[in-house]
Amino acid sequence: MTRQRGDVVLETRGLCMHFGGVRAVDQVDFTLFDRELRCLIGPNGAGKSTFFKCLTGQLTPSAGEVMIRGQAMTGAEPFEVASLGVGIKTQVPNVFDGLTAEENIWISARRWHDERRTRAVTADTIERLRLGDIRRMQLGRLAHGQRQWVELGMVVAAEPWLVLLDEPAAGMTHDETFRTAELIEEINKTSALIVVEHDMQFIRMISRTVTLFHEGRILMEDTMDAISADKRAREVYLGHRA
Amino acid sequence: MNSGMLRQMRPTFFYALLGLVFMFVAPQVLQLFTIINLTTAIALAVLALSLALIWGYGGILCFGQVAFFGLGAYVYTISAINFGGSTWAIVMAVLVTSAFAAALGYFIFFGRVSDVYLGVITLTVTLIFFSLIRRTSGPEYKIGNALLGGFNGVSSPPINLPWNTSQFLFPEHVFYVAMAALIICYVFAGWLVNTKFGRVCVAIRENELRAELLGYDSRLYKLGIFTIGAGIAAIGGVLFCNGVGRITPDVFNLYNAALTIIWVIVGGRGTLIGPIGATFALFYLTSALGGQSVLNNNLVLGAILIVFVLLVPKGVAPTVIDWVNARRKTAPVRVRRRRGARAEGTE
Repeated sequence: MTRQRGDVVLETRGLCMHFGGVRAVDQVDFTLFDRELRCLIGPNGAGKSTFFKCLTGQLTPSAGEVMIRGQAMTGAEPFEVASLGVGIKTQVPNVFDGLTAEENIWISARRWHDERRTRAVTADTIERLRLGDIRRMQLGRLAHGQRQWVELGMVVAAEPWLVLLDEPAAGMTHDETFRTAELIEEINKTSALIVVEHDMQFIRMISRTVTLFHEGRILMEDTMDAISADKRAREVYLGHRA
Repeated sequence: MNSGMLRQMRPTFFYALLGLVFMFVAPQVLQLFTIINLTTAIALAVLALSLALIWGYGGILCFGQVAFFGLGAYVYTISAINFGGSTWAIVMAVLVTSAFAAALGYFIFFGRVSDVYLGVITLTVTLIFFSLIRRTSGPEYKIGNALLGGFNGVSSPPINLPWNTSQFLFPEHVFYVAMAALIICYVFAGWLVNTKFGRVCVAIRENELRAELLGYDSRLYKLGIFTIGAGIAAIGGVLFCNGVGRITPDVFNLYNAALTIIWVIVGGRGTLIGPIGATFALFYLTSALGGQSVLNNNLVLGAILIVFVLLVPKGVAPTVIDWVNARRKTAPVRVRRRRGARAEGTE
């Protein structure tokens, strides 16, 4: 693998997603560089989750294109996006409820490794994410935060080079949120990340560059401090919060 | 096969061993009539096993598993008549049925047809077979030398020794073949669900989107398990027409399509032995009910289904397993507590 920090790993050009007359995503040009950590923020209905779903293949864009590492991935199936080595966590926890935490992570690791290495990676991931206590518990019986962690474990176990997270800290306790931020920093050492988030505190913990969505478009792209200081940004989003 | 899988498969081997014992003991103690009857039950158990695999593990509610069962029986019968021997006819039955299932499954899974419509499509295919073959009673409906015979069906040539067409098997020998086939199919299915393929199928059953987001093409896995299930059902069909001696279009009727689902519901989804056991139990229950005229057969079956859906929704085998696991989990805790109490007492 010859990846360098300056390489573009993900790019969209003129990306649109229309639902009937609603333009959920409207002409979005977006670029992500390798080993970058980017947060997507915006008020409810700004189009960030729709944009996220277009990237992961859960939605087929109405127009425009998605390029991942130079490959055209517009309208690809989710498994095709994931098969490039992209780790994805959806907004609603998507886990295998009938399986144990260990089996969940095993399935993820087995996609990339042989039997023996899978066992090692699974054990490693469980230790890294401190899932030892719930290893043999069925996911359906776990609390929301724990399920989120197992899902993060599945993402990590695939050892992705690009990670897309939709609201990873949603519904987590303060402590869990803090650990999630730590984990994201750690993932960022080896891979690029896009994080869709609502939680301002969380974004301040992790953010480098923030992309602000508003009415399906990118309003601005800057550091969190710059966005907080910007008048337009405060009007659409931060005004009533900060 | 590694040690982990061997450990996982321990219950499978245990039941396979029980089956082997039964296979050799039953002909010694049971009457020939019972043995012939059992052969039919075993054939149906193979059918139940195939649905247990694709519904219980693959999450594919195929309402027309009998279509593959019946197709296998018809292909076997027609091939055996034309080839003048059973060996290649059995191979044909499995191959043709699997190929048919693969073609049907391709449109279903790659067309991303949802679960409900999958049930409707598979049931419709079954009923199409039923109507179609019922109308083939004239002498013009023949494939090679085999007359299809309409609703009277075709009489099936018995299985002969491999590549020795003069050595036909007698009904008591067909029992051994059927039992061996059931055990082999059972161990094969038990192995399959513990492979990477099987585990990914279970993952897809649990959450298809998540499996795709991990990079698995769910369509391929579903098509795979669907095709394998159809092949196993075809083996059941071959055994069935051997046990009964003929195959009629009635195999494709709605009653049989529903019955297959009932076996799996009663036996329990997510296990293989449950539906097999349920098939034997319900087969003997219906036989026993056939001997009396107080209660209507279908009424009793319907009542059983309702009772199970309401009271034992997981089916017998998973409920028993849960119960045993719960006991196993609480037992050591109790011992520990008692020791703890004693320790406190001495302090």
